[in-house]
Amino acid sequence: MYEFNYHRPASLAEAKEILAANDEAKIVAGGMTLLPTMKMRLAQPSDLIDLSAIEGLDGIKDTGSAIEIGAMTRHADVASSDVVKAAIPALAKLADSIGDAQVRNRGTLGGSIANSDPAADYPAAVLGLGATIRTDQREISADDYFLGMFETALAADELVVAVSFPKPKKAAYAKFPNPASRYAVVGVMVADTDSGLRVAVTGAGACAYRATAFEEALSSSLSAEALEGLTTDSADLNSDLHASAEYRAHLVGVMAKRAVQSLGG
Amino acid sequence: MAAAKAVHKKTTRPGAAGPEELQQQDGLMPTKVSLTLNGEAVSTEVDSRTLLVELIRENFIKTGTHVGCDTSQCGACVVHVDGRSVKSCTMLALQAEGADIRTIEGVATDGELHPMQEAFREHHGLQCGYCTPGMIMSALDLVKNNPDPDDREIREWLEGNLCRCTGYQNIVRAVKAGAEAMRSGE
Repeated sequence: MYEFNYHRPASLAEAKEILAANDEAKIVAGGMTLLPTMKMRLAQPSDLIDLSAIEGLDGIKDTGSAIEIGAMTRHADVASSDVVKAAIPALAKLADSIGDAQVRNRGTLGGSIANSDPAADYPAAVLGLGATIRTDQREISADDYFLGMFETALAADELVVAVSFPKPKKAAYAKFPNPASRYAVVGVMVADTDSGLRVAVTGAGACAYRATAFEEALSSSLSAEALEGLTTDSADLNSDLHASAEYRAHLVGVMAKRAVQSLGG
Repeated sequence: MAAAKAVHKKTTRPGAAGPEELQQQDGLMPTKVSLTLNGEAVSTEVDSRTLLVELIRENFIKTGTHVGCDTSQCGACVVHVDGRSVKSCTMLALQAEGADIRTIEGVATDGELHPMQEAFREHHGLQCGYCTPGMIMSALDLVKNNPDPDDREIREWLEGNLCRCTGYQNIVRAVKAGAEAMRSGE
């Protein structure tokens, strides 16, 4: 690791001050991606701003029509939350499928979506459930949030505070995990929501995206058969040592069908 | 947890040979970190880059916690931080300020093995033993939340702990037996 200054501010305002004063500062939430990246010397922040001492950034609450989860809430807490399990079981299950137990004990929702790793699980839930991302400055619709590989709508000085997931009528997430890391080679969230049928894909493209052709097909008939014959263009999909773009394109259809089949009543 | 408000400046590694003039430059001051280690309040000074596992092994000479891969995959470095299992190679020492840390050295009481340790011995849940401290710390976290795990739950939970010797059969048996012994209060 290159050297850096470590800060552990007690308030969001203080964190913002440090961020504003240092161009090369980085925020650390759970650190499950950033610390390994720094250890490999692929990142060289001048300052590390640890959010863990700021009160009010974690926690899960039922607001009636939605479940609101604080940015610093650990994956393990989402996975084991009775509130989440009752309202959006697919979200609890998704959180439980991230990495391993120790990663889930440290990793956070806010850290995951601020990073927008193309193979992360949470972006599929945020986009698939039509969530709203609350920052210290504004509210961002999930549809406007994921812009590209490790790129989001967040401004350089903007921090995720919480994410509000509207309760779906039903939802399911299916993923083909990398057997070593448990990152999604491809993951698909299918959700029947008050604002329509949504299908979000992670792992396949530069960032999470909606499969609109799948959404249209499922809107007329919510069954795996409705997806028969639909293909995914591999042109813009990721290709790496884990899977070729063509294989990922195939997996999008397979995972979408599996998600639909596990929707239940 | 009280927040450490001070800005922790760049520091050199404690004990590392460094030119004295470097130490005197702005920003190169070691930072104090205080925590509870196996029930004992301790404090020391570290570089901001010091990992929790380095703090445990090198500053406090608790070498039961191992470094296997140093990339948060193998789990040989698992310790408990405020009651939860974490990989200590992927946490900064300064992030443990004020935390309650428990390592494998804090598991046995008065020289008597913990039931989970005894189960690993009894069921030969190890060969070389390198992964064992991490396996046991991870297993204890599992049993805390799930006192009666089945084989599948044990295998899923141990996803983040790699053993290159055993093929896991006896580790799973040991965790199951350890959980049973803990339930019956042995």
